[in-house]
Amino acid sequence: MSDHEYTPKSKFGKWFNDRLPLLTLANHLTDYPTPKNLNYWWTFGGILTFCLITQIVTGLVLAMHYIAHADMAFDSVEHIMRDVNYGWLIRYIHANGASMFFLAVYIHIFRSLFYGSYKAPREIIWIIGIIIYLLMMAAAFLGYVLPWGQMSFWGATVITNLFSAIPLVGEGIVTWLWGGYSVDNPTLTRFFTLHYLIPFLILGLVVLHIWALHVPGNNNPVGIDIKKPSKDTVPFHPYIVIKDGFALLMFMIVFAFFVFYTPNILGHADNYIEANPLVTPAHIVPEWYLLPFYAILRSVPDKLLGVVAMLSAILILAALPWLDTSKIRSAVFRPLYRQFYWILVADVLILGYVGAMPAEGLYLLVARVATAYYFLHFLVILPVLGWKEKTLPIPLSITEPILGGSPNLATAKNKESLNK
Amino acid sequence: MSEKKTNRRDFLFTATYAVGAVGVGATIWPMIDQMNPDASVKALASTEVDVSAVNPGKTITVLWRGKPIFIRRRTQDEIAEARSVKLEDLKHPEKDEDRAVNPEWLVMLGVCTHLGCVPLDQKGEYNGWFCPCHGSHYDISGRIRKGPAPTNMEIPKYEFVNANTIKIG
Repeated sequence: MSDHEYTPKSKFGKWFNDRLPLLTLANHLTDYPTPKNLNYWWTFGGILTFCLITQIVTGLVLAMHYIAHADMAFDSVEHIMRDVNYGWLIRYIHANGASMFFLAVYIHIFRSLFYGSYKAPREIIWIIGIIIYLLMMAAAFLGYVLPWGQMSFWGATVITNLFSAIPLVGEGIVTWLWGGYSVDNPTLTRFFTLHYLIPFLILGLVVLHIWALHVPGNNNPVGIDIKKPSKDTVPFHPYIVIKDGFALLMFMIVFAFFVFYTPNILGHADNYIEANPLVTPAHIVPEWYLLPFYAILRSVPDKLLGVVAMLSAILILAALPWLDTSKIRSAVFRPLYRQFYWILVADVLILGYVGAMPAEGLYLLVARVATAYYFLHFLVILPVLGWKEKTLPIPLSITEPILGGSPNLATAKNKESLNK
Repeated sequence: MSEKKTNRRDFLFTATYAVGAVGVGATIWPMIDQMNPDASVKALASTEVDVSAVNPGKTITVLWRGKPIFIRRRTQDEIAEARSVKLEDLKHPEKDEDRAVNPEWLVMLGVCTHLGCVPLDQKGEYNGWFCPCHGSHYDISGRIRKGPAPTNMEIPKYEFVNANTIKIG
């Protein structure tokens, strides 16, 4: 919490704050010293909070009209779309909101990768973030099953069958997850329950994520430790609040574009056909935000190893603070890492593209190469780069390159000694 | 430390932990087991199918435990083809004789053993079934020949009640 003690001005405030220090917390959040060089890539934390709240509020409203039953779920979604006042709007916000949530989270994650935000002392923030990301994927998958369309049903079948790859107990686990011998009504009702639960788990983890962030404070584009509060910081309110608010407005324009102009472009037409356990759609694809991992799953010809590769691709991120051996955080001062970073971005985009294509011929070959490179990046390139890379000199403070005139450490030190 | 002996208190701690662990386990188990198939789901475990209208070379699909069952009446050519395959060419070696006891009738779970999609009839490189999801090819005995599926399509428990009726389950 803040270094200075806070005392409320009013008598009642003081009385209350002595018993429950909520005002101290509010004061901490407004005065919270923030690096003054944060760029717009840092506004996605606030945007993500907005996304979570939007999903919870719209989801709560949808749950008032939705019926979690295999015979009625599909019709109840159409009822929401056609009969419920503004039901179409609320459902489109919720459905596109999931995509917007992932768009924002990917930007947030890749910002951390570029600026080394996962490095000491921020490993716990990063790991909590990865858990939130995993829960987001679970919530998105469970939610996609609820309309009980063809993609819902077959997506649920394929994903739950991933567990059947586990030796010995796999089949038992799948039957347990289904509550039957196939995806059916018991599966739907429990998926609804869990879909309702997970956002609140995420909300709790978000609190921990922010709490852990407020211990060391924000990383920044230069990636150096800064003194707080100092010339290098500004209070969170009003500076960051206004900047986050502006970025959020821009984000909402994109959001609104999808909701009002192309509400179905990110979904699949097959999901407007009611679930049919006898017919599998010709081409099953998950939602766009899961495609890179789907490509990794399909690129391995063995069932168990495919599942292991896909899970590893996600969990390897949790080990990132220890795989990246470089002491320099920001890619701004890491000329080689900067290039590998952009190759990784391209690699993930390629994986996403081939994940949407049929798993055959050239697509399969590309998927295999891209999968291999993905693991190579984290397991070989990052650890080696930490020892081999010749990094650029980092400035002493955020202000120093501007006032001192040079980001070069030696020059700056010279100047300092001259000043003395 | 070495001279510390176990005394009555240590015994009480251990006994308390042990009873506590059993109590917690016994409380958690119903919460886990409630998710397993319930009595009403299990009650639907068998289905009888009339196959008198199925001509040679045709497949019908029936629902059993919420899953499709393929019942194919195979032609003589198909039987010959299925029985001529060498076991060493198979990823999951099983004789056609064991999979289709009555060679004319192949009764199997129409579920791809990869990730549970329904394979398409008379498609794929082996004249049998092809799974559109991740590209597994099955032969006319439902055996995996190419693609990511680990095993042959499953043969459920079934019997001929009479010449025209199959009881599955």
